[in-house]
Amino acid sequence: MASTLSPIAPQFDDAAQQRDASNLGIWIFLATEVLFFGVLFAAYTITRTQHPAAFAVGSRLTDLPLASINTALLLTSSLTMALGVHAARSGERRATVGWLSLTVGLGVMFLAVKGLEYHADYVEHLVPSLNFSYSGAQANEVELFFYLYFVITGIHAAHVFIGVATISVIAFMASKNAFSPEYFTPVDLTGLYWHLVDIIWLFVYPLLYLVSRS
Amino acid sequence: MSSITVAEHENYLTTDFRLWSWLTTLDHKRIAVLYTLSITLLFFVGGAAAALIRLNLLTPYSELVSIETYNKLFTTHGVIMVWFFLIPSIPTTLGNFLVPLMIGARDLAFPRLNLLSWYLYVIGAICAIESLMAGGVDTGWTFYTPFSTEFSNTHVFAAVTGVFIAGFSSILTGLNFIVTIHEMRAPGLTWFRLPLFIWAMYATSLILVLATPVLAMTLVLVAVEHIFGIGVFDPALGGDPLLFQHLFWFYSHPAVYIMIVPAMGVASEIIGCFARNRIFGYRFMAYAMLAIAAFGFVVWGHHMFVSGQSAYAGTVFSLLTFLVSVPSAVKVFNWTATLYKGRISFEAPMLYALGFVGLFTVGGLTGLFLASLGLDVQLHDTYFVVAHFHYIMVGGAVMAFFGGIHFWWPKITGRMYSDAWARFAAIVTFVGFNLTFFPQFIVGYLGMPRRYPEYPPEFQLWNVLSSMGAVILALGYVLPLFYLFRSLRYGPAAPANPWNAKGLEWQTSSPPLPENFLRTPVVAEEPYSYSADRPSDG
Repeated sequence: MASTLSPIAPQFDDAAQQRDASNLGIWIFLATEVLFFGVLFAAYTITRTQHPAAFAVGSRLTDLPLASINTALLLTSSLTMALGVHAARSGERRATVGWLSLTVGLGVMFLAVKGLEYHADYVEHLVPSLNFSYSGAQANEVELFFYLYFVITGIHAAHVFIGVATISVIAFMASKNAFSPEYFTPVDLTGLYWHLVDIIWLFVYPLLYLVSRS
Repeated sequence: MSSITVAEHENYLTTDFRLWSWLTTLDHKRIAVLYTLSITLLFFVGGAAAALIRLNLLTPYSELVSIETYNKLFTTHGVIMVWFFLIPSIPTTLGNFLVPLMIGARDLAFPRLNLLSWYLYVIGAICAIESLMAGGVDTGWTFYTPFSTEFSNTHVFAAVTGVFIAGFSSILTGLNFIVTIHEMRAPGLTWFRLPLFIWAMYATSLILVLATPVLAMTLVLVAVEHIFGIGVFDPALGGDPLLFQHLFWFYSHPAVYIMIVPAMGVASEIIGCFARNRIFGYRFMAYAMLAIAAFGFVVWGHHMFVSGQSAYAGTVFSLLTFLVSVPSAVKVFNWTATLYKGRISFEAPMLYALGFVGLFTVGGLTGLFLASLGLDVQLHDTYFVVAHFHYIMVGGAVMAFFGGIHFWWPKITGRMYSDAWARFAAIVTFVGFNLTFFPQFIVGYLGMPRRYPEYPPEFQLWNVLSSMGAVILALGYVLPLFYLFRSLRYGPAAPANPWNAKGLEWQTSSPPLPENFLRTPVVAEEPYSYSADRPSDG
């Protein structure tokens, strides 16, 4: 793996050109991700504007403690990721592997807590189309809130999963000495992706769990 | 490969003949060939559906197919032609082949992503064709909710999955082009020395990258709603079906510019070459394409004038739509001005390019009719709309695609085709196209709605004319298959620069070396410096 990645690919003139291309590439990719999630936020905004009361009810039925724990986990994982990138840039192999592994661990914990949360929703009959039952007013609109809740957190969780898998591979490569202060682009790019996943959660968390909860 | 002596040096076609080497190739030129073969196949699938539609419309009473089948035919035609032919057409074939060559690079920035994008396209196409085999989809290519969700009993999921996957193929192509054009230009090749084709690819890539994700997520929401029976587009639950239309057109209007901007790039290359003139107002041509790409994102509401959006939104969208005509007109005037005092010759690519300019102009001007709020109430969902967008997408984009294939065929294959046959095909296509679609303006203006298998008998004359035109048009599309493939075996070997054209791609051999250039070229002149070749201007 290391031997195929570190040299300069034939289409590039030098390492700087290759690094600039990779960096621009990941930023464009992140832009597509923003638009991808943008659809969900647009759908959320429109639907909430039309049914503010139902969204307030739905928001209060979500599990705030678990979501807050998850927020803490994900924010911390961004710190460990940033430290991992810094360690890779400084050429500290053991620190790189350590910080990246810690990031993977925090990501896995996020997914585990998410699973707990989904389980609790299932037990409380909050899963749309599967077992949703809510007896108050505007039951349909509350169900619509939970539909958005599952789609948004589900697609976000899929991104966390992809991040965890990618960081695991990068950590393994780091342990095989694949990176150096001259070449650590994969660590850098994975870090940028991970931060984006984190930033998206920073919008998801208040919109679904906090807004109109008082 | 043929009886004629192969060129003395190895080229990208002769490095390895095994199928496996093609399926695992990272060479942008080979991937372009793979794409060309795939989209040609899908073009004829979509074309077959169109042929059946036109055949059915020969008589007013839908005597050929049932109403259900007719719905599936026009859906198939739209889905295949939009997502599996027009969107990928010029970028993935000519774009893949030419972007590195025109900027003096050895390949695109990310060759593996490029190959992945082809595989995604193929998988998406298989899903779409699977949905046809399983029984078809009857929603129209627009997948409007609730046709595509609770009221659908057809194979929407497979079709939507196919379009979703093909969308990622678009995104990867766009990303690859943007990075390549930014980072890998040859020494001396500044932004304003770039060929307009490269500017076109750049503008198109911006749309591909920024609009496609919106379609992808919207289709995810449709699929979820289709399967689980709940979603934000369902009014029974308090959802909003109009939201789907907003999201869909946020992608699908810019998608029209994904089709036409590359065509503008092709036309600029061809017209400059065969008028032996530098492109008039080069910088404005580049800015105009960027402007079209940018405006394209803020006009989607003109598809929804009669859908129930507010009158104020309609007014704003109408005004913004009129604005698009400014950069579009800049392009048409500048192509015309490029011809002025040129030494024009009428080889086949030039005929296609001139045909493109004329048909694009008609398509664009009729777009202004539709952008007018009041007039659109009369014309919405009639054959006038069908004719308008076919003038842009078929008359514009497909003419330019064929022009580009003819222009760069010697470079791609190393063979010359019969110019006489090619000119004949270009004229047949032009005549057939106009005969097919011009009557649709009239019958649409008279009130014939689109997507209906039956019509009042007084419209039959126009429909018969249109169907006759379709036969001629089909001939125009099939002819190149014969003489182009024939040229592969019997055509004379092409020189490096058969048209005496400017541009780096003509400085390397035909077909190019696997690594494109022996030495990285250095650029020291403006693009389209054709007038420098001429002894004097009269």
